[in-house]
Amino acid sequence: MKQYELEKRKYVLGGVAIVIIFVFIIRLFSLQIISDDYKKNADSNAFLKRVQFPARGAITDRTGKLMVYNQPAYDIMVVMTEQRGVDTLALCQSLGITREYYDKRMAEIKDRRRNPGYSRYTQQLFMAQLSPEEISTFQEKMFRFPGFSVQKRSIRQYNYPYAAHILGDVGEVSPKDIEKDDYYQRGDYIGKQGVERSYERYLRGEKGMEILLRDVHGRIKGNYKDGADDRDPVPGKNLTLSIDLELQALGERLMEGKLGSIVAIEPSSGEILCMVSSPTYDPRVMTGRQRGKNHLALSRDPMVPLLNRSIMGVYPPGSTFKTSQALTFLQEGVISPSTAYPCPGGFHFRGLHVGCHGHPSPIALVPGIATSCNAYFCWGLHYMFSNRNKYETVQDAMTQWKDYMVSMGFGYRLGVDLPGESRGFIPNAAYYDRAYWSAWSALTVISISIGQGEVTLTPLQIANLCATIANRGYFITPHVVKEVQGEPLDTLYTQKRYTWVEPRHYETIVQGMRSAVTGGTCKSANNPWYEVCGKTGTAQNKGRDHSAFIGFAPRENPKIAVSVYVENGGWGATYGVPIGALIIEKYIRGSLSSESVAKAEMLRSNHIYYGKQSR
Amino acid sequence: MVSSRDNRKNIGVIRSVDWITIIIYMVLLSFGWLSICGASYDFGEGGDILSFSSRSGMQLVWIGSSLMLGMVILMLDERIFDSIPNFIYLVMLVLLAITPFLARDIKGSMSWIKIGNFSLQPAEFAKFATALAVAKYMSAYGYHIGRWKDFLGALAIVMVPMMLIVAQKETGSALVYFSFFLMFYREGMPGSILFAGVSAVIYFVVGVRFSEEYLWETPTTIGASSVLMLILLFTAGMVRIYCTNRKVVNYILFYGVGGTLFSLLISKFVVPFNVAWFQLVACVAVAFYLIYMSLSARLRHYAFISLFTLGSVAFFYSSDFVLQRMEPHQRTRIQVLLGMKDDPTNAGYNVIQAKIAIGSGGLMGKGFLNGTQTKLKYVPEQDTDFIFCTVGEEEGFVGSTLVLLLYLAFILRLIYVAERQPYAFGRIYGYCVMSIFLFHVFINIGMVLGLTPVIGIPLPFFSYGGSSLWGFTILLFIFLRIDAGRNRLRR
Repeated sequence: MKQYELEKRKYVLGGVAIVIIFVFIIRLFSLQIISDDYKKNADSNAFLKRVQFPARGAITDRTGKLMVYNQPAYDIMVVMTEQRGVDTLALCQSLGITREYYDKRMAEIKDRRRNPGYSRYTQQLFMAQLSPEEISTFQEKMFRFPGFSVQKRSIRQYNYPYAAHILGDVGEVSPKDIEKDDYYQRGDYIGKQGVERSYERYLRGEKGMEILLRDVHGRIKGNYKDGADDRDPVPGKNLTLSIDLELQALGERLMEGKLGSIVAIEPSSGEILCMVSSPTYDPRVMTGRQRGKNHLALSRDPMVPLLNRSIMGVYPPGSTFKTSQALTFLQEGVISPSTAYPCPGGFHFRGLHVGCHGHPSPIALVPGIATSCNAYFCWGLHYMFSNRNKYETVQDAMTQWKDYMVSMGFGYRLGVDLPGESRGFIPNAAYYDRAYWSAWSALTVISISIGQGEVTLTPLQIANLCATIANRGYFITPHVVKEVQGEPLDTLYTQKRYTWVEPRHYETIVQGMRSAVTGGTCKSANNPWYEVCGKTGTAQNKGRDHSAFIGFAPRENPKIAVSVYVENGGWGATYGVPIGALIIEKYIRGSLSSESVAKAEMLRSNHIYYGKQSR
Repeated sequence: MVSSRDNRKNIGVIRSVDWITIIIYMVLLSFGWLSICGASYDFGEGGDILSFSSRSGMQLVWIGSSLMLGMVILMLDERIFDSIPNFIYLVMLVLLAITPFLARDIKGSMSWIKIGNFSLQPAEFAKFATALAVAKYMSAYGYHIGRWKDFLGALAIVMVPMMLIVAQKETGSALVYFSFFLMFYREGMPGSILFAGVSAVIYFVVGVRFSEEYLWETPTTIGASSVLMLILLFTAGMVRIYCTNRKVVNYILFYGVGGTLFSLLISKFVVPFNVAWFQLVACVAVAFYLIYMSLSARLRHYAFISLFTLGSVAFFYSSDFVLQRMEPHQRTRIQVLLGMKDDPTNAGYNVIQAKIAIGSGGLMGKGFLNGTQTKLKYVPEQDTDFIFCTVGEEEGFVGSTLVLLLYLAFILRLIYVAERQPYAFGRIYGYCVMSIFLFHVFINIGMVLGLTPVIGIPLPFFSYGGSSLWGFTILLFIFLRIDAGRNRLRR
């Protein structure tokens, strides 16, 4: 029957309905489950997230002097769609800008290449970081400028022109920062250098968030869930530096006109008392609207003032390194305190000559340190590296030696709480195998025993060597932050790190360093008030010698260990010793004697000529 | 006085009425009302969802009156549906015809008549009147849809109100009348007409959608090339089904498809030319070949298939011709519709915002009255044509799927009930009802999901509005009343 045929068509029609609904369900699935673009889109539609910026933590020195704080600054924002018909002339007058500047800024805002986040409907930054005075006229007349508004921010202010390298600075986040940590959004500020960067997580606090509902016309319809999801900003934590501001100031003055570094450490705690890197700059130039311009000028300076030489610069340690060699030889049994080596005006062996200066020969360890005898340490290294009873090969000896150096904090980053620290360089056996096709001996590498050759250290590592000697065998990782408000210090900065050398051997070295002050290379550091121990260094390099000094005082229960490094300063005694002595005096006695003040003034005005070459 | 016989009759209706359909109807109504609450609720102002000044409160009034209307219809004597269709149909035609003269312009539409405080849209009531009239016409003794005269008569009953509604500038509501073709199909209209109609839509959409993209860096538009290829494949498929001649099918596929690929290679590596020209020639050649086959094999099927092939080619090129001569804004609208152009401000805006609202719902939705996109008025027409956004945003994938399945159950139940009618009249009317609901659901939800063009027609039982809800209720309950009387013999 025909009718029966047609009834089958109900399956076709029912099938059509089923297919339609099925396709719709698949579509729903892809819209609602698979893709979350729509969810994000909906949120940016409906939610206006108003960020509330927390106050950044303040920074004080170890004596409580306020070094860095916040000052209110004002950004002028503009919404392009709302600013039509504004009296441009009046606006320029109230802000004290020219018409040309206004036009330039407007063009920059609209340029999507320079301002990728541009939208006509959202707030755009018109002028940044104006002071309350600059903003006052504008604020009175603001009702006449629809579309323009003022947003409060805070900028960093500095009480003193010192310690720029330690404090660092803050600047706008880079796209890379945003990628790494989604806490940040475009236009946020982040620590760029110094403790501002390394303690960013504490200093920044936590942004607050107000979630407002915005309808299709941009009108605010109140807080989402009546503010249940809003968060108040949490202010940043304050930092107390271990830096002594007065000591830092003295150090920076002494280093004027010289390139180099002073690092002073409190041996018992590892706290850095001052960290001078010269040349330096006034941290105040890195704030406000002039930051970009000043930063550029500093980065183009051939003397590289932005470089923190104390931790980023690597130098041959010169004779200051001999202390570490003596310790290694003693511990390895190469020498005993009474071992004496001949020094007929230097180290002469199998055609190799390392010069020395006039002193009696043969010479024992303590006077060897006091007079900084090159031959003594060359012999020591030679006997250690050639001892085939103890080390099967020269490579084994080298590896043992390298491990001693590493235990003293050389060759690797110490772990100071500042960004950008260098490792320095301690060569190992593989390094020389590569360089000399494995055909090398103690004589090939002899200069490492006197802190020359391949060995390089950062001034911080040199200072740390001094602190280790002052502690007789251990150090605490040096750090510049003494306290983070309400937070325990990282255990790295409280734990003692022992070297491979026993304390009794250190006592011998201390003796040597003491006699260097009483009757050796650093006599000028001697004074009647407390016992100073020291060691000079005169590091050879392509130009004039670098002048170096390490010293600590008092001899028992040392309060300060200091290292001074002056590029091309000549003899260790020329700049290193007097500067180190002044730093020690200032810290231990609290002030300088009148005689010392005069000496300081003289040192300050002694500038070294470095030429125009980029360094 | 109400006689005891009338009481018995009413009890009979209660027993034999299809309660499953009524339950689905009530569930959909409740869901719909909750969605209206969601769509019209305002975060800022709060407001009482039951107040008559709010849309949700008003919708409650429409729902209540609809339920009463449904009860009244169920209490009617079913014989009335035998006698009144022609009268109602004529009254409705007159009403539709005078509406544009009485109506005020609302967003370009001239379909609303204002009576006191209420506005009425006659087009919503024309559907059931047309369905009754066409059911009556087609169930008459001796009617045979295979006869041209009879088919055109039924078509005319459907097309006249459709034209009148087009005159009111309510193109969306007018398009609904195409759904009657589903009923025609069930009643015996050749499936090839339905197939031809679907093919025409496919040709148009594919042809326009890809008219500006080129095939393999040759001067061949993907649109024209794929449409001509489809025509060739459809032709081959029809020869296979209706003539069962494999040899002819193989000839068509070998020379048509193979030749196209060969000329594409020549166009790419030797002389660049428009491969569509070759395909056009191939299609015409196939058509003539089929006419030759028809004459030599004395089979009319070949001639009809040849006609289909030539008609398809003619339709495609004429639609292209028409499109090129359209007003720019109309062409833009079509292009936006087909996703060729982004237009986030005008026609495209609604769909983008609808997709955002639905997409943000996720698996479980944001919860009743917690949708942000719909509350904050990002979605336009959110309580009428775009009401499904609220379901998607607040009830999520789970809720939306549930609603879709309810509609599916509703449609399938209507088919089932229509098929159990003892008389053609009830069945035809039932299929009209089913087709109209299916079309509304398909176009409306498809539009909200960005699958079908933006055609402003309401979602049954969900969209806000008295006229549409009353219209749908009358449409459905007349069918339920007819069905309730299926077991009684007619005198």
